[in-house]
Amino acid sequence: MAEKLVHLIVTRQDTPDSTPYKEEFKIPYRIGMNVISALMEIQRTPVNAQGQKTKPVIWESNCLEEVCGACSMVINGKPRQACSALIDKLEQPIRIEPMTTFPVQRDLTIDRSRMFDALKRVKAWIPIDGTHNLGPGPRMPEVDRQWAYELSKCMTCGVCLEACPNVNDKSPFIGPFAISQVRLFNEHPTGKMNKAERLETLMDEGGISYCGNSQNCVMSCPKGIPLTTSIAHMNKETTKQALKSFFFS
Amino acid sequence: MANKKSFALHKLHTLLGLFPIGLFVVFHLTANFQATKGPEAFNSAVQMIEHAPFLLFLEFGLIYLPILFHAIYGLYLAFQGKPNNSQFKYYRNQMYLLQRVTGVITLIFVAWHVWQTRIQKAFGAEVNFDMMADILSNPFMIVFYAVGILSAVFHLSNGIWSFLVHWGITVGPRSQRFASIFSMIVFVALSYVGLRAMFAFV
Repeated sequence: MAEKLVHLIVTRQDTPDSTPYKEEFKIPYRIGMNVISALMEIQRTPVNAQGQKTKPVIWESNCLEEVCGACSMVINGKPRQACSALIDKLEQPIRIEPMTTFPVQRDLTIDRSRMFDALKRVKAWIPIDGTHNLGPGPRMPEVDRQWAYELSKCMTCGVCLEACPNVNDKSPFIGPFAISQVRLFNEHPTGKMNKAERLETLMDEGGISYCGNSQNCVMSCPKGIPLTTSIAHMNKETTKQALKSFFFS
Repeated sequence: MANKKSFALHKLHTLLGLFPIGLFVVFHLTANFQATKGPEAFNSAVQMIEHAPFLLFLEFGLIYLPILFHAIYGLYLAFQGKPNNSQFKYYRNQMYLLQRVTGVITLIFVAWHVWQTRIQKAFGAEVNFDMMADILSNPFMIVFYAVGILSAVFHLSNGIWSFLVHWGITVGPRSQRFASIFSMIVFVALSYVGLRAMFAFV
């Protein structure tokens, strides 16, 4: 009986500077397979579709349940998490490419440092350290906690940057996710105390004004985060902040 | 750090697009619509505008300089983007590309239109019904003007949508969807006014 095969076309790259090339694989099908388990199969038997021995494909993944953000890649033309990309639901041959908005390290491994730099830039944290015990912080209304929780699902996966036409090497745009994180931390009752500081960072070079409203981010976000609502809300807040600092201090 | 220049320039860009440029486009198309009532009606509208006080000052302050800034900064912004419409065929992404394409077409059209009318006037020609009828006697010009008017009107209508987002007026998806519908109604209405006016000269 002929074995059912999964046909993969992987865009590979040996070093950060070398030219990418495509390699095809035909691997045995198993029930419930996802793209990660298909890549693991290649790792076990690194033989391409022509039957030649090849280097196993390199990728990054951790949680395997779509919460860590590490296994983002472009699968059949759309950036998404490889762990939640089920083989049964994908059209074959499955085209797997790295998210080239980021520097490719090797094969499907990318360097998402720019996202962590952006989070540092917009001060996406809540300063709570003091020289003495500051006591419990103010309480957060349950209605606000509910929508803020949705924003906190961001896993820095980079899909919104890959989908955004304004995130590229010609533009300094930091990306949609960072703007949404400012909204999250500015909503927190303790985080609110540093609201103005974060808004100022969004008004800097590469900040919120670089959004071109293509709204691909909200359509692509694997966590369903209302990114464009966050962006529009921060548009309002930065405008208010700009007027405040222009007229009052 | 602390470089708010592009933030301020971008805000100015979106603001000028509506006030005064958008208002001017609406005014201009409406004034042209007088042509549908015959050459006399159009000529008297032109006369009225030409007799406005401080005309040259108003032209530069409310039309030429804002358009020049909006166009140059707009080109800079448009070429900073990398359209990915074949990969992401979502409605707003198509609007994103169309906004940039129509912006460039409008700029070419406006430059040509200003050359044919306002600059010729500075050289001594008279702006009146016959001038437009003469320009539009060329079938190529009819197509060029129709495309130009539609591009300008689309750019303005969709620009209203972006303006509302950019200034944080329409924040949630419901208001943005409503604004999308509203902007398309504006597009249809203004296209009718603009094209009817143009065909009055043909």
